[in-house]
Amino acid sequence: MKREELLVAALESGTVIDHIPSNKLFEVINLLHLEKMKSSITVGYNLKSNKMGHKSIIKIAGKFFSDEELNQLAVISPNVTLCIIRDYEVVEKKEVVLPDELKGIVRCANPKCITNNEPMKTDFHVVDNENGKVALRCHYCNKEVDLDNVKLV
Amino acid sequence: MENRSLVTIADHSKEKIMYLLRMAEEFEKHTNRKLLDGKVVATLFFEPSTRTRLSFETAANRLGARVIGFTDPKVTSSTKGETLKDTIMMVSNYADIIVMRHYLEGAARYASEVSPVPIINAGDGANQHPSQTMLDLYSIYKTQGTLENLHIHLVGDLKYGRTVHSLLMAMRHFNPTFHFIAPDELKMPDVYKEYCRKNHINYVEHKDFTADTIADADILYMTRVQKERFTDLMEYEKVKDLYLLKLSMLEKAKEKMRILHPLPRVNEIEYAIDDDPHAYYFEQAHNGLFARQALICDALGLTLDDVLNDRTIIE
Ligand SMILES: [Zn+2]
Repeated sequence: MKREELLVAALESGTVIDHIPSNKLFEVINLLHLEKMKSSITVGYNLKSNKMGHKSIIKIAGKFFSDEELNQLAVISPNVTLCIIRDYEVVEKKEVVLPDELKGIVRCANPKCITNNEPMKTDFHVVDNENGKVALRCHYCNKEVDLDNVKLV
Repeated sequence: MENRSLVTIADHSKEKIMYLLRMAEEFEKHTNRKLLDGKVVATLFFEPSTRTRLSFETAANRLGARVIGFTDPKVTSSTKGETLKDTIMMVSNYADIIVMRHYLEGAARYASEVSPVPIINAGDGANQHPSQTMLDLYSIYKTQGTLENLHIHLVGDLKYGRTVHSLLMAMRHFNPTFHFIAPDELKMPDVYKEYCRKNHINYVEHKDFTADTIADADILYMTRVQKERFTDLMEYEKVKDLYLLKLSMLEKAKEKMRILHPLPRVNEIEYAIDDDPHAYYFEQAHNGLFARQALICDALGLTLDDVLNDRTIIE
């Protein structure tokens, strides 16, 4: 195990979300609804990282997420790494992959969009915009938002 | 159940567009029928648009349907905080199809997802207005005899003009050459030029608007240049008269060229042009009736065969 990960308690079994940019930590917590979880959760904030300068890390005991849940993280921090731990061993390492469709995660930037005026889930398609960059297109109003500028619901 | 709603025609295939035009043609031949006898069509106008509502309601009435609905948002529950979904669910208990116009973008898409009956989008904010596009296509088809290989000149507000964007996308199947004629502040957005490149649509940009620029036009599509669109009013004063169509500018025009305008016009077309054979904007609005008859029937699941074999025609 890397030395910096030892700064927070070792996990018997569960999920470690590592290399979270510190300014995205609370968005990650919101996105996975960690505040509603009963399992014990250890959060390391502003830890030193050779790769990133500073990073944050979350360890969730006894919890294994679906790929669908974890891939949502790609919207806010595409470079997080995931470790699945069983009996103190890393049994699987994963990276997040941006899904083709994002339901109920991102807010539409268009104030005149129906999704901002009706109690309903948002829905975005992941597309390449005219500059060849990845963007999200609202399924309802068709407006596009850069991946760098997304706001969560 | 198959969702027969019409939210946008941007995704319609070439075959589907031609099919709907064929159907509109039949309705032009015989407009009055009892084809929709026993059906109830609801027109829900969360934002007033008298022109569009009258056209849809006439289309339904002339096919023998009954029409219910509302126009003024002040008298409906939508201002009392009822959600769009609740309004749609309530009305779908009464009507076989819902024609709706809404000030919010994406409203029609959402309604089509929650509604048990088909929805026809009669305009959702700045987003889509497919029945306008359909009547534009029908007008072009009728006056030129084809949609293929035409030179279409778009004039005026190409930045905010929803109708020109939809027309551009719908024409992608037909190898058109577009000419964009607009002041700098209102020029065609890059995203649509990129759309043209991706879909191999030829386009030329012009700043000047003269007899020469429109000499090779098959269709001259005029739009309103509105003062409110300008951030710089000096700029508006400079350009406002440059994009007016005057009778004298038609001297080099092709004989078959026709002038379209989504209406209402303010002053972008000189009144003297109304009597010129190139003027087509009033007929264009009339074509909306046949186009909307086709869209309503298609959404209700009636086919071109049903229309061709219709025995309810009123002579
Ligand atoms: Zn939207």
